[in-house]
Amino acid sequence: MTGPHPPRPGAGTPAGRPPVDGNAAAGLLGEVLAVEVTTAVAECRGCGAHAPLAQAVVEVDAAGALVRCRGCTRTLLTVLHVPGGVRLEVGCLAALTGAAPTGGAPGAGG
Amino acid sequence: MSGWLAARVAEVVPASASGRVLVLDVPGWPGNLAGQHLDLRLTAEDGYQAVRSYSVASVGAGERVELAVDEVPDGEVSPYLVQDVRPGDVLEVRGPLGRYFVWQPEDPGPVQLVAGGSGVVPLVAMVRAHAAARSPAPFRLLCSVRTPADAFYRPELEALVDDAFRLDWVWTRAAPPGWPGTPGRLTAAGLAAAALPPEAGPTVYVCGPTGFVEAAASLLVAAGHPPGRIRTERFGGS
Ligand SMILES: Cc1cc2nc3c(=O)[nH]c(=O)nc-3n(C[C@H](O)[C@H](O)[C@H](O)COP(=O)(O)OP(=O)(O)OC[C@H]3O[C@@H](n4cnc5c(N)ncnc54)[C@H](O)[C@@H]3O)c2cc1C
Ligand SMILES: [Zn+2]
Repeated sequence: MTGPHPPRPGAGTPAGRPPVDGNAAAGLLGEVLAVEVTTAVAECRGCGAHAPLAQAVVEVDAAGALVRCRGCTRTLLTVLHVPGGVRLEVGCLAALTGAAPTGGAPGAGG
Repeated sequence: MSGWLAARVAEVVPASASGRVLVLDVPGWPGNLAGQHLDLRLTAEDGYQAVRSYSVASVGAGERVELAVDEVPDGEVSPYLVQDVRPGDVLEVRGPLGRYFVWQPEDPGPVQLVAGGSGVVPLVAMVRAHAAARSPAPFRLLCSVRTPADAFYRPELEALVDDAFRLDWVWTRAAPPGWPGTPGRLTAAGLAAAALPPEAGPTVYVCGPTGFVEAAASLLVAAGHPPGRIRTERFGGS
């Protein structure tokens, strides 16, 4: 396909804008990773349950935390201490929807 | 928010037979909402670290933070906090954490609070916030504790009882002298007698040891409270 628009790798590319790289997602990803986690709603890929993360079953030990779905007990997330940081392993979490940390309007700013 | 802040112990006050209140000075603490908690970190001389969560009993702005800790026998952290920590000691905390188990004075709706043991701590913050704001929202607190000697904040809570705040106790092992009824766990009948009914549409906050929270939440759902109106915070244990 040629023409005035560059090729589109997928339907998900918004408004036909050319793909960029991860740097361009820094602001938005930063928002996701900074959401208020207790009120953020987790959707389980295993059973389809939606619930605030505050209601998940969590087992904490020195290694980190295992976050399980209260509906089906599958592991949604694992958070582990690793040398020099933390590691998030995504299990059965299909989606996490939360309020922007600043409370700013969605889509506002850039 | 992941930053650890130095917390200097300002005061330690006995709060029950097995618990005490710790007042911390935390430079940089941004204030907190009623019901929020913090993570507390201890570091041993060999570098070993232990982290536990504690609810904040104080509420609002300011760098003074009040905790109330119950000693879990053979626990790693709580016996140290209840028996060994002294004024002047420095701990580390991070927070405030959590926006789910929170009550805000702007919320005009009725509220039912249900506490088991030290689970009363975040609910005390809510009762304090309710009183400080002179909120007309109907507030009720149902507190389950083993014996009078185990009750945190009893004199303060009793002094706050008024038209907008009702307080009820469930004594599971031993009641105060002259108390009508026999000691025992929270029952459906006890709940119905003390708690706001589902028709009043309360938001319900339940907090305490995990087993207590599960049992109380089941009773509430069986009484007709919609699960979506019941917010829970489990402290651990069985
Ligand atoms: C959000 C949150 C807020 C909390 N707020 C408070 C608070 O305000 N005041 C307070 O005293 N505690 C509170 N806790 C509990 C606290 O974090 C610790 O779990 C508790 O102090 C025991 O720690 P430990 O290191 O002494 O025991 P551990 O060494 O962790 O545990 C020893 C044994 O006791 C059991 N156990 C652990 N916790 C409890 C418990 N709460 N009740 C009964 N048995 C238990 C464990 O399963 C284990 O078998 C809160 C917990 C959470 C998650
Ligand atoms: Zn599930």
